[in-house]
Amino acid sequence: MPTVPMDVVKVARCRALAAEIADDVQRYIDAHTTVGVERTILRAYGAEGADDQGVPLVNTAVERYREAGLLGRGIAFFLGRQLLAGARTAVDAAERLAFAPSIDRGEGAPGPDEARDALDRHTETALARIDQARDEREALRRRIPPGPIPLKYVIVATGNIYDDAVQAKAAAGAGADIVAVIRATAQSLLDYVPHGATTEGYGGTFATQENFRIIRRALDEVSEGQGRYVLQTNYSSGLCMAEIAWMAAVERLDMLLNDAMYGILFRDINMCRTFVDQYVSRRFIARAGIVINTGEDNYLTTADAVEKAHTVLASQFINEAFALRAGLGTEQMGLGHAYEIDPWLEDSFLLEIAQAQLVRQIFDRHPIKWMPPTKHKTGDIFFAHVHDAMFDLVGITTQQSIELLGMFSEAVHNPLLMDRYLALKATRYVFGACRHLGDEIEFKKDGIVARRAIRVLDEALALLEEVKRESIWMAIGRGAFADVKRTRTGGKGYGGVVERSVDYVNPLRARLEGR
Amino acid sequence: MHPTPPKEPLRAYGDRDGDGMVQLSFVLTLPPSPRAREAAKRFAEMHGLADPIVATMETCAEGFSFFVVYGRSRHAVDVAAIDVAELRTQTLSREDIEHRIQARLGRKIVVVGACTGSDAHTVGIDAILNYKGYAGDKGLESYKGFDAHNLGAQVENEQLAARARALGADAILVSQVITQRNCHKENGRALVDLLEREGWRREVVLLLGGPRVDHQLALDLGFDAGFGPGTAPSEVASYLAERLCGDRAGASLSTET
Repeated sequence: MPTVPMDVVKVARCRALAAEIADDVQRYIDAHTTVGVERTILRAYGAEGADDQGVPLVNTAVERYREAGLLGRGIAFFLGRQLLAGARTAVDAAERLAFAPSIDRGEGAPGPDEARDALDRHTETALARIDQARDEREALRRRIPPGPIPLKYVIVATGNIYDDAVQAKAAAGAGADIVAVIRATAQSLLDYVPHGATTEGYGGTFATQENFRIIRRALDEVSEGQGRYVLQTNYSSGLCMAEIAWMAAVERLDMLLNDAMYGILFRDINMCRTFVDQYVSRRFIARAGIVINTGEDNYLTTADAVEKAHTVLASQFINEAFALRAGLGTEQMGLGHAYEIDPWLEDSFLLEIAQAQLVRQIFDRHPIKWMPPTKHKTGDIFFAHVHDAMFDLVGITTQQSIELLGMFSEAVHNPLLMDRYLALKATRYVFGACRHLGDEIEFKKDGIVARRAIRVLDEALALLEEVKRESIWMAIGRGAFADVKRTRTGGKGYGGVVERSVDYVNPLRARLEGR
Repeated sequence: MHPTPPKEPLRAYGDRDGDGMVQLSFVLTLPPSPRAREAAKRFAEMHGLADPIVATMETCAEGFSFFVVYGRSRHAVDVAAIDVAELRTQTLSREDIEHRIQARLGRKIVVVGACTGSDAHTVGIDAILNYKGYAGDKGLESYKGFDAHNLGAQVENEQLAARARALGADAILVSQVITQRNCHKENGRALVDLLEREGWRREVVLLLGGPRVDHQLALDLGFDAGFGPGTAPSEVASYLAERLCGDRAGASLSTET
């Protein structure tokens, strides 16, 4: 592969700074929990279902204890007490939390240790369920390996999960390696996960546990038929990122969009909430062997892709640091970036290739996620098809791991079946025709590409120094990432953040942390 | 066909005036076969294409064929009979805009913008309001004469109205990208209704923008102006400067016929 200059001392310095930035936040994370985290714990212990108004059982239970000001002790504490008080199963115990005539104020015996002990067996069952899904995936992938990298990733988004299953199979049949069912637009802001199979959704289809199962079944079928494992992905982001991570873990998804800061910047979700949620979601993801895809590509849709390229790299270091603290292996970190430079800018292709190669080299064991042009797409689908082909060329030359295919109809509508087919066909051509191009070329020592790579790393380092000095909380406050400014107590979901009491009980989280 | 033939029929242009040449691409739920090819041909003919040529027919998924068809369209359009509402705003220079606001209003024009409802796509609103702008045309934030507030995505109408009121907005700019089941229309209309209920609709200029928006649609929904795809920030700035500090406020809203 052709290389760009990369100063290893600077890279090490970037990592050290990112570690300090993440440690600062980790102290906050370790002292707090959220309604989303506690709901996830109840789900993991088996609580499921919703009432006739569609309110999930886990929401009713957790909300009741939050309102009473008791959530800081951990929902598991109260769950354990219900078991000791005669609940037959963990589900029965969760139902009692939600619907028993009176609330348990947690007074007197049994105490935290006894509650923890009562949950022991259930904690093991919860872990075994995640491990079993992971084992199944790994066995299947050994028998039917996925395609070569860059893995070709496409989205389907009909709003109806049954139509999505048809489209997902069609896409896999046309060569897609990864299929995402894009979520309904407003789901990231819902503070609950809808229940059951869904057939109505604006801009996409709701992420629900049943919908995950339907797509998994469809992709398993097509994997067997094609003799090529097709990966499933969805979105662990928004106010329910931890719950969705758990659902994906047990329903055997392969990848999840999951970012430490995306919700803060692009969905105006409170930063305290997001930092705690991302950590717990990643603990489940780590255990499940799922690959995350981070969302740095989005930065360049609001900020300029030439001037702000270094913010992407800086954020990748930070996302990596957060992921390490949640126990993810590097092979699980699909750090994201994108081909978003104005195509009419002279030598824009060279700048793109410099960034892609730099990221590939710095994160050499990470399954890097490479995102297509979107910002500069217009309704001229013919030009857009050419634009996407250039993006493909960078993807194969610099060996990006996961490539979300560009759609020529990007600026027009959600992709149609033929749009995906033509994108896959064009990509198959570029990837095939240039399979070993990277092995054949090298970049001039002091050329445009090399100089650009040096500059981006230097700027990323400078930004990380700054962020470290002022803390990530303040940096986000002044718009250091994506030109978006957010405050510590602003945004959605702050009310769902709860300080942990000294006797906080959460044995499942402790086990996921290896304790 | 047309009941009365148009006087100056406008036809699609391939490589000669009036040849009507167009390209059509589509999918039919049939595997490729001579029968599928004939089906594609007839399908094109029913769309008014004479002598259609099926340029390609290939499997795009099991049981689905992708077609590209060329043909000569029989249809023609009578341009003289077209009646469209168009915004008659001239794009003013930056200096003109700044000068006009300064001289005639003597204060900044307060603009509040947002993507409303469930819409999470801020590309449009960002291009118009943020300093950076789009394709070299800087956004409203870059003008001394504008005080631009971008509330971002997924803002509820109530929230937008409250902020706009608190900021003393002269204009509200709503961006709607998602159009599934016409939710952009419902959202837009709901904002107009809300402001009318609150009794201050007439005190503010309401602008609607988005890829599926045009001036006529905006008027139909009760907005003052609509901006479609490709709108430059300077066009919005010019419109607002004219509208709020023009010789005859509101003159530019007349419908051109």
